[in-house]
Amino acid sequence: MLHYVLKRIGGAILVLVVVALIAFVLFRFVGDPINQMVGQDVSVADRERLRQMLGLDDSIVVQLARFLWNALHFDFGVSYQFKEKVTTLVAARFPATFELSLAASIFAIVVGIPVGAYTGIRPKALMSRAFMALSLIGVSLPTFLIGILLIYVFAVRLQWLPSYGRGETVQIGFWRTGFLTKSGLAALVMPSITLGLFQLTLIARLVRAEMLEVMRADFIRFARARGLSERAVNFRHALKNTLVPVVTIIGLQIGSIVAFSIITETVFQWPGMGLLFITSVQNADIPVMAAYLMMVAIIFVTINLTVDLLYLAIDPRIRLGSAQA
Amino acid sequence: MSEPLLEVDRLGVEFVTRHGDLRALDGVSFSMAQGEILGLVGESGAGKSLTGRAIIGLIDQPGRICGGTITFEGRRIDNLRSADLRKLRGKRIGTIFQDPLTSLDPLQRIGDQLVETIRAHLPLNAAQAREKAIALLGEVGLPAAADRMRAWPHEFSGGMRQRVVIALALACDPSLLIADEPTTALDVSVQAQIIALLRRLARAHNASVLLVTHDMGVIAEAADRVAVMYAGRVVEIGPVADVIARPWHPYSRGLMGSIPSLREEVDRLTQIPGAMPRIGARPEGCAYAPRCPKAEPRCRMAAPPMIEAGPRAAACIVEPAP
Ligand SMILES: Nc1ncnc2c1ncn2[C@@H]1O[C@H](COP(=O)(O)OP(=O)(O)OP(=O)(O)O)[C@@H](O)[C@H]1O
Ligand code: SF4
Ligand SMILES: [Mg+2]
Repeated sequence: MLHYVLKRIGGAILVLVVVALIAFVLFRFVGDPINQMVGQDVSVADRERLRQMLGLDDSIVVQLARFLWNALHFDFGVSYQFKEKVTTLVAARFPATFELSLAASIFAIVVGIPVGAYTGIRPKALMSRAFMALSLIGVSLPTFLIGILLIYVFAVRLQWLPSYGRGETVQIGFWRTGFLTKSGLAALVMPSITLGLFQLTLIARLVRAEMLEVMRADFIRFARARGLSERAVNFRHALKNTLVPVVTIIGLQIGSIVAFSIITETVFQWPGMGLLFITSVQNADIPVMAAYLMMVAIIFVTINLTVDLLYLAIDPRIRLGSAQA
Repeated sequence: MSEPLLEVDRLGVEFVTRHGDLRALDGVSFSMAQGEILGLVGESGAGKSLTGRAIIGLIDQPGRICGGTITFEGRRIDNLRSADLRKLRGKRIGTIFQDPLTSLDPLQRIGDQLVETIRAHLPLNAAQAREKAIALLGEVGLPAAADRMRAWPHEFSGGMRQRVVIALALACDPSLLIADEPTTALDVSVQAQIIALLRRLARAHNASVLLVTHDMGVIAEAADRVAVMYAGRVVEIGPVADVIARPWHPYSRGLMGSIPSLREEVDRLTQIPGAMPRIGARPEGCAYAPRCPKAEPRCRMAAPPMIEAGPRAAACIVEPAP
């Protein structure tokens, strides 16, 4: 079991190093950062001085080592467009993205699992058929369209919810949260639905498929033959046995929620990392792009690690650390 | 003879499909006395498992009981509401399935599955149920039963898991056990042990056993009486020794052609030439007629009724009672 955990942690570190390398390549070889930082009229001598100051004239190996060392401290230097430390920029935007992704994930999981379980237990019920039809739409509509539709209905027509921004926020230490004010929560509703809807349908469909599969298993038949209640059969035995694949997918999907938040943040002008990333792409602001890349990688890796550890909690067969894992 | 524990009378089960209703069971009749072990044999697809499932009301969709009655402990159970049926299952009727490797929930500890079953039916608190569970595990021959409560199913061998399944089936002292091929999936070396255990425990708990199997050796060793099924019907029933020594129905005779002992390789009953007709393709009259060496034109007119002779009965209009 310790072996299993160590192996997963080792894998996670390896992934981060590879991503850091990619970020470095991006940093070093995409365009000339000096051109991005200074105007046309700056002399060649001044450019060289700047180049030396930034260490851009050192050998590749030295630059790589310095980059990795800095990346380890999450230091990506200064943003070309804002002339501010990238760390400060990202730290200011991170809470917005985190809270949005969290709300979207909770929405997707808390609605998706029960809906999937219900449609799996009663595949022929009217509600189940209705959901299956609706979910097809949910999967095929692009995110920005859903966002724009929601804005049109609830912000423009009904005027129930704000159409952009985070509403009022409260600063707690380094963290700026929108969870504590009414307008902050109201502002969160539409972006989280927009961001989580695709994952909701995916989770629900997966849970449904797994439930249908598990319901045919011998141990479910045997649980019935033991005279257990429907409730015990459906939830204690069937649903629990769908959890390993479901947790895997949820983990992956939370990762893509963070990644897809770029679109949602753009539609709702949500002041998070995604919006920052979009502007940095427009301005070839490579330090910010590299930092974003690392940030998303860290989030992915953390989620994957959590999923692997959750397996241990759910399925005793993995705890053996044998071939079954 | 006192009132039978279980009486199945002209039971019919059909599967509703797009191509019409398929009669899988077509008038199955037999009865079981208190404490008796009745073997149920027949080729694959004859309807043995389905008979067991119909009794506990767990026929797979889209199947349903379409005729006949099932009377258990003096009351009809074929038309019970599902909540009442559930109270019978696991409590008065225990079930053992073929594959112990897949019968247990892989994500729940052995002890929890036992306690869960016990508490679903008996008014015991957690500690009492646990005590009973440990006693049951001891009874089915698991050493260090108290320590095994926390074990996971995958930590056990097939034979040990089948012992746990037997403990689960017996947990609430049922009066009837339905054992559907309890040893087919097991190693030959442990099959005899499991059959002996089943027999011993059934006697100790005064439970009757409906023992479904392909294996005439198992029947010879464990059962008191045997019912032979063919194409959705019971075609012969009688005391094991009689049926084995002097089979009455021509199909039974084919079956008894060679009886392997428990310790030999399991014989799959394939020595009769031809194949059993599939459901939906059964001929008029006696379903065995196409394969029967004794068949006469009148056999194909109407399905032969059961003819009784003392403790025995068979559904053949040609062969005289032995
Ligand atoms: N879910 C189902 N849908 C349609 N037909 C079914 C279904 N389950 C069983 N049957 C039919 O019912 C008949 C009896 O099946 P059953 O499982 O009782 O056979 P069996 O005698 O137990 O055979 P085996 O020795 O292979 O276990 C078979 O012919 C099968 O085609
Ligand atoms: S009734 Fe006729 S066909 Fe059927 S078993 Fe008897 S002899 Fe054979
Ligand atoms: Mg069967």
